[in-house]
Amino acid sequence: MERFAALIDALAYQPSRNGKIRLLVDYFAQTPDPDRGYGLAALTGGLSFAAAKPALVRELVASRTDPTLFALSYDFVGDLAETVALIWPPRPGSNQPSPALAEIVAALTAAKRTEVPGLIEGWLDALDATGRWALLKLITGGLRIGVSARLAKTALAEYGAARDVSVDVDAIEEIWHGLSPPYQPLFDWLSGSGSRPDVAGTGGFRPMMLSHPLEEGDLETLLAADFRAEWKWDGIRVQLVARGSADDARLYSRTGDQIAPTFPDVAAHMGFTAVLDGELLVARDGRIAPFNDLQQRLNRKRVTPAMLRDYPAWVRLYDMLFEGEEDLRGLPFDERRTRLEAWFARTCPTGMDLSPLLDFNSWEELATLRLNARDTNVEDGAIEGVMLKRRDSTYVAGRPKGPWFKWKRGPLVADCVLMYAQRGHGKRSSFYSDYTFGAWRGPPGEGGELVPVGKAYFGFTDEELGQIDRWVRNHTTNRFGPVREVSHGLVFEVAFDSVHASSRHKSGIAMRFPRISRIRWDKPAAEADRLETLERMVVS
Amino acid sequence: MPAASPPPPDSWVRPCPPEQGGGLWVEPGGFHVDPIRPVARAVITHGHSDHARPGHAHVLATAPTLDIMRARLGEGAGGNLQTLPYHQSLRINDVTVTLVPAGHVLGSAQVVLEFQGSRVVVSGDYKRRHDPTCAPFEPVACDAFITEATFGLPVFRHPPAAAEIARLLHAGQVFPERSLVVGCYALGKCQRLIAHLREAGYDRPLYLHGAHLPLCELYQRHGVDLGELRPATATAKEEMRGAIVLAPPSAMMDKWARRLPDPLIAYASGWMRVRARARQHGVELPLVVSDHADWDELCQTLRDVAAPEVWVTHGAEEALVHWANQNGFRARPLHLVGFGDEET
Repeated sequence: MERFAALIDALAYQPSRNGKIRLLVDYFAQTPDPDRGYGLAALTGGLSFAAAKPALVRELVASRTDPTLFALSYDFVGDLAETVALIWPPRPGSNQPSPALAEIVAALTAAKRTEVPGLIEGWLDALDATGRWALLKLITGGLRIGVSARLAKTALAEYGAARDVSVDVDAIEEIWHGLSPPYQPLFDWLSGSGSRPDVAGTGGFRPMMLSHPLEEGDLETLLAADFRAEWKWDGIRVQLVARGSADDARLYSRTGDQIAPTFPDVAAHMGFTAVLDGELLVARDGRIAPFNDLQQRLNRKRVTPAMLRDYPAWVRLYDMLFEGEEDLRGLPFDERRTRLEAWFARTCPTGMDLSPLLDFNSWEELATLRLNARDTNVEDGAIEGVMLKRRDSTYVAGRPKGPWFKWKRGPLVADCVLMYAQRGHGKRSSFYSDYTFGAWRGPPGEGGELVPVGKAYFGFTDEELGQIDRWVRNHTTNRFGPVREVSHGLVFEVAFDSVHASSRHKSGIAMRFPRISRIRWDKPAAEADRLETLERMVVS
Repeated sequence: MPAASPPPPDSWVRPCPPEQGGGLWVEPGGFHVDPIRPVARAVITHGHSDHARPGHAHVLATAPTLDIMRARLGEGAGGNLQTLPYHQSLRINDVTVTLVPAGHVLGSAQVVLEFQGSRVVVSGDYKRRHDPTCAPFEPVACDAFITEATFGLPVFRHPPAAAEIARLLHAGQVFPERSLVVGCYALGKCQRLIAHLREAGYDRPLYLHGAHLPLCELYQRHGVDLGELRPATATAKEEMRGAIVLAPPSAMMDKWARRLPDPLIAYASGWMRVRARARQHGVELPLVVSDHADWDELCQTLRDVAAPEVWVTHGAEEALVHWANQNGFRARPLHLVGFGDEET
């Protein structure tokens, strides 16, 4: 447990992706089996014991501490798990060895509800402060240390590559659904002492085919007649593995995570036998809702009837990998599409439709469609751009260059005024690199005020960062810890994908993927955009 | 004739308003302890700038503390500087003064005050942990004990310093191409970290920000072995990969750190125990190393000293007063102005 605690402690303070990977690789290298496997499971959401309630933790600490001292401490620290971890007074003379992570997981999985408090109390006595903190995070079900399952798998691939095992993250995702904690065969393979785990027949996930972004000049080398085009829907890419019974239906995310339990409304209609590729969306009366609505359904452990009613899931189908037991992946796209359309017409599955092919004869026509999508399409908020797929492309795993392209539509832009700057992390810790910017509510100079509309920390070069940093230092009007408030004199052209209404922000709006697209050294702050301009862009 | 009973402590040692000098006023001795404004006669517990302030006409302290004051304050160290070695007593008017090691930094002392059979001990700042750079704290039985309470909450229980040093060295192994910049205060913490690194077997040169060099040299003159020290900025950037650099916290967050290769920012302070504090400083590696007593040390010290009366000053007075009153002491907060500004 000490190693796992040290790992998540270090991860919680580590701002850089590469830094996190280094810490994870070090953990996999230093930690014996089966502990490292359970650590991996904790990071990838693979542990299945019932989470303990914060109330239980409160009761335990109340039995050990003076209420006044606890209240003063909680007030100072501000976080329950952390306060308990720090204040916990070990029972005098309790010199138990600290428990292994594997031991904790095994005991919690087997424990009856009434046995859980005693177990936790014993472990709290045996661990140090960091260990107690990690334990409480683990059992209350929220590590929240900024590590995605994908990042953990990337670190696994690096761990393997450092041991001369030929592996990349896609190869790990391909078999992931067939593995379970503590992942002994996986670690044997990555350590060079075992072969690649055979997961055939365990779940049926086939690694997805991905596209490359279309780059400047690409279209000049490509023939429009060679390609099909369809909208790039703004949901999450899914693979439906249906094996004849809705109870056995599997719904995989791009990373091979099984998400059917979160989307029972999709699984319920998967009584057929096929493997399909599509986009998971929220739709009401056949109309696709913005990504924000889908977000309400993602990463939920419990699915409530209200969620199913208010955010009904929908799948828009792109492709067919298997029909019955027949593998179609070696067929060209056009043939697979014909098979998909025929199958769909015969089967008429509920809660799904086909992603329509776009009608175009030249790249110019397609460019016009893409450009006007924002204004003309009724489902405007649900479109990210256009997908191009070679008519003769077979379905292959990974991201081959050439057969599929994504052509995202241009971003929205607005001119906003820099209001606050915060120091960055790691390499940027001496630079003011995180910017909060605002738009005008009311006329500038005549009682109008700036309200923050977003925050961005990329989109500029290192040289520009140096210039902005200097500007921030010379125009500071106030300081709050690592944050500086600046005079209203620097305008950023901010690019973003969309704007959503948000009750959590003072401005009433939230930007999706904001980034700095240009620094407008030339532009007076009073000429920056008004909040009304942004409000008109809100998708509903 | 029966002997007169000793005077109550608060009849002759009192907190002093800032406009009359601040700190503690020892009336029958006619001197202040750690005054915050210039006074005629001051007894100084240790060299941190919130305790050792400039401009007193006469200053009494240990030799290292006076040296530190000279190094930091120059002419401002005081008119007449008088050395009092540990454990030697000096009579000032009607009060006998003895300095006893406090274990906080080099030269730090508790001030033992005796007057007509009544004994009051002013702890200054102190800790009970092992520190290779200064003499360990010695409990002195007394009628009233005036304790600091910087970390006077039960959430503050410092881990062993050796474990924190091991975390620093481990980070160096995981990120061998980066420089490790450890933010720490110039007096005490810096030298203690160096000494702990040497104890852990780290014998490579250590690199220092310019502000940290003079006090390290002062420690070395007082016989504290710190190994090879080099100025951080006189070395080529490439050679600083994997090096450990000690710098003031203000510098490590600022432009100064840009001349180091991909700095990994660490910060050694007792406040690093609390995550929100560590995050606020943008720290990648918080090291919980403090020169102040933690909660357990504070409670243990009250038991060791066994003074019936406990006065609690700078820090979280409320929690320690509560604990002390529940554990049989007569405890009260002593609101002194101007402390806790420098060292944490």
